[in-house]
Amino acid sequence: MTIEDEQPSVELSKVAVSETHGEDSPYFAGWKAYDEDPYHESSNPSGVIQMGLAENQVSFDLLEEYLEHHPQEASWGKGASGFRENALFQDYHGLQSFRNAMASFMGQVRGERAKFDPDRVVLTAGATAANELLTFILANPGDALLVPTPYYPGFDRDLRWRTGVNIVPVHCDSSNNFQVTPQALDAAYSKAEAMNIKVRGVLITNPSNPLGATIQRSVLGEILDFVTRKNIHLVSDEIYSGSAFSSTEFVSIAEVLEARDYKDSERVHIVYSLSKDLGLPGFRVGTIYSYNDWVVTTARRMSSFTLISSQTQQLLASMLSDKSFTQNYIKTNRERLKKRYQTIIEGLRNAGIDCLEGNAGLFCWMNLSPLLEKPTRECELDLWNTVLQEVKLNISPGSSCHCSEPGWFRVCFANMSEQTLEVALKRIHQFMEGRKTNGGNLNFLLI
Amino acid sequence: MTQTRSDTESDSPEQTSTGMRLIVPLQGIVHGRGGLILGSLIPCAMFYFLQFYLKRHRSPPSEKPPPPPPSPSNSAANVAELPRTLSRSSLSLRGSAGHAHVSSRADSIARAGDSPYYVGLDRVLEDRYDELNNPNGIIQLGLSENTLSLDLIEEWLSKNLSDSILGGGLSISGIATYQPFDGLMELKVAMAGFMSRVMGRTVSFNPSQIVLTSGATPAVEILCFCLADHGNALLVPTPYYPGFDRDIRWRTGVELIPVHCRSSDNFSLSITALDQAYNHARKRGQKVRGVLITNPSNPVGNILTRETLCSLLDFAREKNIHIICDEVFAGSTFGNEEFVSMAEILDSEDSDKDRVHIIYGLSKDFSLPGFRIGVVYSSNENVLAASKRLTRFSSVSAPTQRLLIAMLSDTRFVEEYLQTNRKRIRTIHSLFVAGLKQLGIECIKSTGGLFCWVDMSRLIRPYSEKGELELWDKLLNKAKINATPGLACHCIEPGWFRCCFTTLREKDIPVVIERIRKVVETCKTI
Repeated sequence: MTIEDEQPSVELSKVAVSETHGEDSPYFAGWKAYDEDPYHESSNPSGVIQMGLAENQVSFDLLEEYLEHHPQEASWGKGASGFRENALFQDYHGLQSFRNAMASFMGQVRGERAKFDPDRVVLTAGATAANELLTFILANPGDALLVPTPYYPGFDRDLRWRTGVNIVPVHCDSSNNFQVTPQALDAAYSKAEAMNIKVRGVLITNPSNPLGATIQRSVLGEILDFVTRKNIHLVSDEIYSGSAFSSTEFVSIAEVLEARDYKDSERVHIVYSLSKDLGLPGFRVGTIYSYNDWVVTTARRMSSFTLISSQTQQLLASMLSDKSFTQNYIKTNRERLKKRYQTIIEGLRNAGIDCLEGNAGLFCWMNLSPLLEKPTRECELDLWNTVLQEVKLNISPGSSCHCSEPGWFRVCFANMSEQTLEVALKRIHQFMEGRKTNGGNLNFLLI
Repeated sequence: MTQTRSDTESDSPEQTSTGMRLIVPLQGIVHGRGGLILGSLIPCAMFYFLQFYLKRHRSPPSEKPPPPPPSPSNSAANVAELPRTLSRSSLSLRGSAGHAHVSSRADSIARAGDSPYYVGLDRVLEDRYDELNNPNGIIQLGLSENTLSLDLIEEWLSKNLSDSILGGGLSISGIATYQPFDGLMELKVAMAGFMSRVMGRTVSFNPSQIVLTSGATPAVEILCFCLADHGNALLVPTPYYPGFDRDIRWRTGVELIPVHCRSSDNFSLSITALDQAYNHARKRGQKVRGVLITNPSNPVGNILTRETLCSLLDFAREKNIHIICDEVFAGSTFGNEEFVSMAEILDSEDSDKDRVHIIYGLSKDFSLPGFRIGVVYSSNENVLAASKRLTRFSSVSAPTQRLLIAMLSDTRFVEEYLQTNRKRIRTIHSLFVAGLKQLGIECIKSTGGLFCWVDMSRLIRPYSEKGELELWDKLLNKAKINATPGLACHCIEPGWFRCCFTTLREKDIPVVIERIRKVVETCKTI
């Protein structure tokens, strides 16, 4: 009876049509440009070099070597019944052996300065899921989390999209190297209160993305005092903990808690993952480590929506339990990242560019504010676009990280070969030279 | 391998029984406006009743004081789960001064966990039957899992990938880096082919319309997030899979409106009942966004006829709502009826492509629940786009994708597996149903799924949820059999139980039947 074209189309939900996925921001637009014209040493030497993806490719060889020399580790385990049990295993507690391995690995990454209880490890398919899950558990729709700026652009999506929770930024600036201060925390909290929004917790990333720097012990203490005072939660996203250039430079919130005898620890939750430290983002392995029994139980149940494949758990359980392997991996990985960092810092310095002093992560926080005509977001985005279109580098503009000071950019250095990094540095050098000689459009792609 | 198209089974004539005469007026009350009150009182009463039963039989509660500092050397190293923090005493702890608040969503999770469905599963974990090591343990009939054909997969693995998890020559850099969150195209292609085979090759699936997820559980949730807002509702024919209550309502805030089906119709879907439920919802001011069906049905095991599917589509079109069709058991059919996928109905009805969405996965048909592979399949571009983005929270692990690409692309193996698996399900099903029949217990005639829908209504006293729970309790604690009671599935008629039989070997069946017989005897002496 009703003609098809007159039929109103069937409606979708608000979540489905919302823009909170954020894929229209420059952070992601740069990725699209890269996808369309990706750099390749031989086949596309003038393509876009991807410096906007925080991936760790510097230590693959160690993983491959391990698997080659330990084929039995990469087996289903326990002989004939191993595969069957594994294939059927969908218990949201996760494989005990894998949880043990994760707890042990997390301890190792922290130089054994903190110990982790396997029974507090909740498994999720990636840290993305872990952060969202914690948000679902700790806050109601309309509530807020305080997040120090600049922060990982993905948080806007991961913490807010389906949860309906808000992010209230805690503004940090270069005057003190973007460290969080109690004043900034208080200001953000008051701002939320003024908007009638209930704050449920603070979410920090340590080591910080995009700063590439660890949070100092004293600052961690101040943050812990703040959340205790306000009786709210603290989520510490420590996915880059194994990417600190030296083991002693990174202080985990776990260490601070231990020093305080775990007083008031039930408000603290740590997120970890193997995507950055172990370079295995495709495996989808994340964890929530909570000092709160209720949160552990609830998160476990909720992890039903985001279980890690039992096959993957089995594979990694053996590998991560091998202490000689993990110790060597952690040490070597740190050294290589440090070397990369030094390369890029030097290269940038030679080009007349300063960076924030960093000591961790897969990226550096570059200061291009001297190049801005005016210290505005628009000028920053213009510069970003120039770098993307002319210099053919995809770097992440600070505004997509909610940085309150325009002109800062995150530059990743671990997701490419050393040669590619050199190429990128040359391009930057030539770009800066070009601007000195009054912005003539040099063809700097003749490398 | 098309099955011969058989005529649709004619509906069995209306049967009235004492039970029905009690139920129908109740049905009228529950659906009416005043039924809202009863509708909330009854679940509350059930909840408190359940608590009573659970307190009697729960393993000794370890009432915890406020959590002490975690001390690795003291914590139990064994698998025993954290002490249950569901008891009311823990709830009050949470509210005490100095303890940071948790969300109301976290709260509601605790309550959901006390359904007999989950309680039974937990009990089996603690005391699982093993012929040699634990002959007095609980036999699991409450989890729809299929272990009948895992040997075929094991064989394939040892032939093709030696014993390596990574499959021999796979280099890690190929699978370790970030992959598209919605799955590798190669796997989508293989999955599309697999789904087509499963559904009898009468319909083909487009790989670009597939979004891969870590299991069917997140697939269902993702679709609900896309199709309905918080507070909206889906119509769901009862009895339905107990997991839906948690999976759908938990985080999305979407309500489930039960649409009751009856034994007189063999629990088959009635469009009239759907229509009534839709209208009642409207009167209450509740927005219905779609219908959720499972085909083959869980827990009944019947297959929806082509006719019914078409009528359902007509209904959805008329109301301008969605259809979510969960087809996870499509490959687990064992009768002579052909299975018709919603996708096939769509083929001929172009105009409705935007409103039909299919869920699939490899946990049931391919016996790999641990590997976490689910599918959202839709022709609606916007739903696909949103689902692709949302599945970043629930992606399939890369090594698993690689393994499955290899397995599912081996079409000869897949065919052999599907055929053999069906035969084996049929065999166990017949034996199990026959065994129950000897005890005077009937099941709904079913041709799909890993379970049967068992009528124990004559064994319960009184003929009510209370009687049903008592029988469930007896089965669990005396007979040591975990079966899922109908009330966990929102069945409107008391006394029905879902019994999954595909984790049983032929030799286990007499053991199970004997245990049930003992309980049957005690019921008869009441």
